Amino acid sequence: MASLLVRNGRVLDPAQELDGISDVLLEDGRVSRIARGLQAPGSTVLDASGLIVAPGLIDIHVHLREPGREDEETIQSGSEAAAVGGFTSICCMPNTDPVNDNPAVTSFILKEAERGALTRVFPIGAISVGSAGERLAEIGEMVNAGAIGISDDGKGVMDGQLMRRAMEYSLPFKIPLIEHCEDLNLSARGCMNEGYHSTVLGLKGMSRTAEDAMAARDIMLAELTGAHIHIAHLSTRGAADLVRQGKKKGIHVTCEVCPHHFTLSDAACRHYDTNTKMSPPLRTEDDIEALREAIVDGTVDCIVTDHAPHNPNEKMLEFDRAPFGIIGLETALGLVLTHLYHPGLISLRRVVELMSTQPAQLINQPLGHLKAGTAADLTLFDPDAEWVYDLGQTKSKSRNSPFHGTALKGRVAATIVAGKIVYQSPEYFKE
Amino acid sequence: MSPEAIAPESGASTPPTSRGGPVSFNAKHLLGIEPLSVDQIQLILETAKSLREISTRPIKKVPTLRGKTVINLFFEASTRTRTSFEIAAKRLSADAINISTSSSSIVKGETLVDTARNLEAMAPDVIVIRHSSAGAPHQLAGTCSACIVNAGDGAHEHPTQALLDALTILDHKPTLKGLRVAIIGDIAHSRVARSNCLLLGKMGARVTVCGPPTLLPVGFDRIGSADGSLAVTDRMDDALEGADVVMMLRIQMERQREAFFPSVREYFRYYGLTARRMRSAKPDAIIMHPGPINRGVEIASEVADGPYSVILGQVASGVAIRMAVLYLVIGGREHPSRALEG
Repeated sequence: MASLLVRNGRVLDPAQELDGISDVLLEDGRVSRIARGLQAPGSTVLDASGLIVAPGLIDIHVHLREPGREDEETIQSGSEAAAVGGFTSICCMPNTDPVNDNPAVTSFILKEAERGALTRVFPIGAISVGSAGERLAEIGEMVNAGAIGISDDGKGVMDGQLMRRAMEYSLPFKIPLIEHCEDLNLSARGCMNEGYHSTVLGLKGMSRTAEDAMAARDIMLAELTGAHIHIAHLSTRGAADLVRQGKKKGIHVTCEVCPHHFTLSDAACRHYDTNTKMSPPLRTEDDIEALREAIVDGTVDCIVTDHAPHNPNEKMLEFDRAPFGIIGLETALGLVLTHLYHPGLISLRRVVELMSTQPAQLINQPLGHLKAGTAADLTLFDPDAEWVYDLGQTKSKSRNSPFHGTALKGRVAATIVAGKIVYQSPEYFKE
Repeated sequence: MSPEAIAPESGASTPPTSRGGPVSFNAKHLLGIEPLSVDQIQLILETAKSLREISTRPIKKVPTLRGKTVINLFFEASTRTRTSFEIAAKRLSADAINISTSSSSIVKGETLVDTARNLEAMAPDVIVIRHSSAGAPHQLAGTCSACIVNAGDGAHEHPTQALLDALTILDHKPTLKGLRVAIIGDIAHSRVARSNCLLLGKMGARVTVCGPPTLLPVGFDRIGSADGSLAVTDRMDDALEGADVVMMLRIQMERQREAFFPSVREYFRYYGLTARRMRSAKPDAIIMHPGPINRGVEIASEVADGPYSVILGQVASGVAIRMAVLYLVIGGREHPSRALEG
């Protein structure tokens, strides 16, 4: 079977404490050997000189819109955008139409992924039927069909008792409960962060307390039940503090943050550009600082995109009527390198931990490292390459990004899934 | 028609000039007070003053905007503002077309941008838009080549209201500078409050906004004044103390259901304007209200109809301000009387 030799890259695998120039031999879709000067007659050679060779990036929070809104994204198109962004695995949220709240939808997603996805796709099941927050979905059946976690992402689980039951019930399945922390009464009908800018713009604000209060409740429920609560797209100083305290107390709480939340503030909404509207909303400069601190001190476990494609016609609506969400798979690594690595906040090793090692552990998958025998998922990137994001080139079926025309430093050179090159940048590999 | 036909009566003020030449408005749209300079605000006010005389003539019409088309695109019910814009356009001889859809065209599956593009195909010179969504005029300005005039967008801005309020104040007070203005009521949902705070702040007035804390939004003290000249209080007597101008805002009945305050009775007790309360203000203070008024909810009839009320004067100022705005955005760079020369 085919083999691929990735030669001369700087192999960076935190799980094995590897950081140095080396060759990586991939055989039969698995990592075979890592050493200098490997010879592998007959194998394809990829020259990775000057590039970082890391275990494949994993995004545990994306929306693929299939089934139901194939005009916005399909499992295939979403995976293509993921491959361009250096992701080898993505986890898709259940808020499709129909909602992934039963094993039939879970199986459908996996079958479609097998048929056309460039990356691995891991479905996340719903916590409640229809994500309506009323009764438990068939959590065990979905796990049996391949779901790696559960979430009612898009809105918070308002009923505390239901959340407690979901945590208790899911204990034997050893999956994370991924919670969109938002008290819907407190944030009622808001469309951006509540603060000076929402006041100036005359837009209804979503208070940061709506996120903090829910995060506090969920962390306390996790303490009560012993379940693993994973706070999705954490965006406030208050919630970061709560997670930090929870971890100190030994509660099984983890969290993720999105690049837009530590790079843009609510001031970006001032032109009523609906590509600055997402939930949770862009917060304040103080929150940006708090998120960066939380990334640096280890409170944050992983970076995710919350890639949320929307039809341009819907994003063209008035700001308060437009749907929440932006796409993010293609810009995530560039934003992380530009805003966290280059200013010296975190090392490249930490970048890999946040985007590969730790998300793999969170979803309990034997990925996120390059130990011999594991799946040959690799991301090759050039941390110093300067480029400008162009939505005209996106592989996503949607165009809703606030980063069009943004200059970034750090770019994906190639993405390898199960030993197969699924993306290679023409800038690096001219064929 | 001779140039004199539109020239101001003697005694009417002339537009502000710099180096002897006319100040140009130099803005294609009127999206809000926020982007306007002090000079631009002054130019609108002076132009309105000179145009006001037209409405007192037996034949209330001048040919200044003949051949121009103004579309009043109203997505939100409004009699007063729409009529005011319509009369303003007609007095300047523009063709005014009113499109009112109480339910947004989204109901028909058409987006605001689609609606605008369709109108655009009819080549209007100005689109006056009223919309329940903040920022809708800005979105139009980004897609249309017509001049966009904001006639109220959600809780964001209502620039012509603030301008007509300023014009009304200047009928009673010599200058806006240093004037103490109290704005009282539902600040959170009020575009009138925002535009007035911005305008009055730029013109050097000292504004105090007042309402129950549930209707005072976060960060309002920073609106329109980098120097902190805007004060926020939840005590009405503090707001009224020494006020030259008292602006009351309309209280929407549904706010009671949304739990912003428990009852109209209680609201009136703490934030309703009565003759007794007015004793805290200056003796010559004027009382304003953007209308329509809720008698006995935010203002007692005795005050609304009293000698210090200038509420009807505001309505008259509205036509003049809207004439000035239409004239200036269409490209009136000069005094309207000179525009007809040559």
